[in-house]
Amino acid sequence: MVTKAKQLPDSYGYFEQFGGKFVPETLIPALDELDAAYEEAKNDPSFWIEFNSLSHDYSGRPTPLYFAQRLTEHCGGAQIFLKREDLAHTGAHKINNALGQGLLARKMGKRRVIAETGAGQHGVAAATICAKLGLDCIVYMGEEDMRRQSLNVFRMKLLGAEVCPVSSGSKTLKDAINEAIRDWVTNVRDTYYLLGSVVGPHPYPVMVRDFQSVMGKETKEQILAKCHHLPDYIVACVGGGSNAIGIFHPFVNDKTVKFIGVEAAGRGIKTGKHAASLVAGRVGVLHGAKSYVLQDDAGQIMETHSISAGLDYPGVGPEHSYYKATGRASYVAVEDKDALGAFQLLCQVEGIIPALEPAHAIFYAVKMASTLGREQIIIVNLSGRGDKDMDIVVTALGVNP
Amino acid sequence: MSRITSVFDQGHKALIPYITVGYPDIEATLKVVSLLASNGADIIELGIPFSDLVADGITIQRASFHALQSGVTPKVCLKIAKELSQKTEIPLIFMTYFNPIFSYGLEEFCAACVSSGVSGLIIPDLPPEEGSELEAITQRQGLDLIYLLAPTSTQERAKLVAKRSRGFIYLVSVTGVTGARDRLAADLETFVTRVRRVATQPLCVGFGISTAEQAKRVAKIADGVIVGSRLIQFMEAEDNFMSPVRSFVKGLRQALDELPI
Repeated sequence: MVTKAKQLPDSYGYFEQFGGKFVPETLIPALDELDAAYEEAKNDPSFWIEFNSLSHDYSGRPTPLYFAQRLTEHCGGAQIFLKREDLAHTGAHKINNALGQGLLARKMGKRRVIAETGAGQHGVAAATICAKLGLDCIVYMGEEDMRRQSLNVFRMKLLGAEVCPVSSGSKTLKDAINEAIRDWVTNVRDTYYLLGSVVGPHPYPVMVRDFQSVMGKETKEQILAKCHHLPDYIVACVGGGSNAIGIFHPFVNDKTVKFIGVEAAGRGIKTGKHAASLVAGRVGVLHGAKSYVLQDDAGQIMETHSISAGLDYPGVGPEHSYYKATGRASYVAVEDKDALGAFQLLCQVEGIIPALEPAHAIFYAVKMASTLGREQIIIVNLSGRGDKDMDIVVTALGVNP
Repeated sequence: MSRITSVFDQGHKALIPYITVGYPDIEATLKVVSLLASNGADIIELGIPFSDLVADGITIQRASFHALQSGVTPKVCLKIAKELSQKTEIPLIFMTYFNPIFSYGLEEFCAACVSSGVSGLIIPDLPPEEGSELEAITQRQGLDLIYLLAPTSTQERAKLVAKRSRGFIYLVSVTGVTGARDRLAADLETFVTRVRRVATQPLCVGFGISTAEQAKRVAKIADGVIVGSRLIQFMEAEDNFMSPVRSFVKGLRQALDELPI
C-alpha cells in the first residue's frame, strides 16, 4: 500500500517547482482520467492484492538482496550489497511498473497500449505484461537503439508487440517518447500510454515511483533482517530515474541513509557527449514536466550520448530535480569506459553480468567503498542484467567472441 | 481591442497562415509573409523552430529540423519579426513550445516580442494549468496569450479557456497532430458549437485544413481558419514556390469571401 505521509507531489503534480503537466490540450482530459483512475486504484485493496500476488508469482519478487563478498573484499572497505533486479522476470526492474500500469490499463478498459523504449527493457516488460493481460502493444523505439539493442527488438516481437522504428532527431529514447506522445494525441480515446520511467506529465512520475517503490520496501526489510541497521548509502544509476526513485523513496525519511544517483558521463562531461542532465543541465521543460534538461543556450533539447541506451536521455524525473535542489540526494556522473570496467569487474569477481546502466552505479560504489570503513554499508540497485548488452560490449572491448 | 481581435471586426472571416521561420531559408520567410499579406491573409503565425514538437506532424517537424540546422533561434525569429512588422501591417503571432520561451526568460521574451511588433503567442504545450505566470506577463505587456481547445476538452475546460484566452481561441480540429488531411473531423460542427456556447472570443480552427473547400466548411461555423502544413508542403515541393503559394492563398481567401457575413 502507498503510505499517506508523502505530500509530494501536490495535486498539480509538482515537487516544489518541478513537475507539472506541460502537454497539448488534447491530452489533458486523458491525464485527468488517468489521475482519477490511479487514485481509485491506489485506494483499492484488491488492486494491490493482485499487484503483489503477480509480483510474487509472475515477476519473481521479492528479488534477493545479495552481499557481494568478493567485490567487497576487492575494494577493501565498505560492505557492498546488490539489490538483484537482474533476477526479476524479463531481466530488469522495468517489469514492476509495466505490471502496475498494465493492470491499470485493463481496469480502465483500454485495449490498446503504447510504450516507448530506449534500451528495450521497458519495451520488453510492456510487451510481456500485454501478452499476459491480452492487450495490444505498440512500442516506439529509436532506430539507433533498435540497432544497438537488436536482441530486445526480437524479444518484443516474439511477445507479440509491434515495434515502430523512430527516425527523427537522435533516433533514441527522447525521440521515441515524442512519437509515443504523438500517437497518444491521435488515439487518445482508446489508448493507454504505458510510460516507462518517472518522467513525463503528472501523474506518471508519482505513479511509476509508487509501482517501483516495491524495490525500496523490500530492500529495507532485507537489510534490517541481515544487518539490523539501515544502509549508509544507496547508489543507483539515473537515466529517467525510475530504478533510483524506486529504491530511494521508501528511505526518504531515514535521514542517515545517503542517496547517490549516477548519471552517464558518456565520453566525458567536457566533450559534451554525455547524458548527465542533473550534473550538467539546467531547468527546462521536456516531455510534459519541468525538470533538469540538457539544452543549448536557445532552449533546444540536446542530443545525448551514453554507451547504455537506457541512460541516453536528456531529461530526468522531476522528483530527482527536487532531491537535487533540497540536497536529499547527490548526483554524480560516470564515463562509458569506467562503466565498462565495472561491468567486467562484476563479471569476474561475482559471476554476475550486469546491464551497462547499473554498471555506472557499480563503478561509483566500488570507488567509494574503498574510501569507507568496513562497518559502512552501501546498497547498489543492480537494476538489470547484461545479456542485452553483449553486442555493445563485444564492440567496445574489441574482442572476438 | 487588440490588434488580433480587430481582425474579426464585423464578422470578417480571418485567414491565418502558419509558416516555420527560416524554412527553407530566412529570405523565403520574408518574401512569403509579404506574399501572404498581400493575397488575403489577416494574421501570420510564425513558428519558432523547436527540437521536440510533440503536437506537430511530419511536415512541420521536417521544416523545423531544417530551420534549426541552419541556426534559426528565438533571437533570429525576433529579428525577422521586427523586420516584417516594419514593412507590413499584418499582425504577427509566434507559435512555439514552452521550453525556448522559458529558456529565454518569460519576461525578457515578452518584452522582446513587443518591441519586435509581435501581437500574440500560441504555445501548444502550455495548457491554462501551467500558464498563469506567462499570462500575467503577457497581459502587462499587451500581448495576447492564445490558448487551445481540442475535441477531447470537456465543457468545463472550454469554460476555463474561454475565461483566459486572449485574442481568439485556437480550436484543434482533430484529436491528432498537425498535418494536411483529406477530410475534416465529422464532429467538427458539434465541437465548434459547444465552444461557442461558452466563449465570447473569436474561434479559429486549425490542424488538418488543406483545401479551399475545407476552409469554407470551417468558416461557416468558425471565425477564422489556420493553415500550416499544406502551405509548407508547397514550399517543400518546388524551388519556385511563390506562385503556387500565391494561388493557394488566393483560393482560400476567395472561399472565405464567398460566405455571407
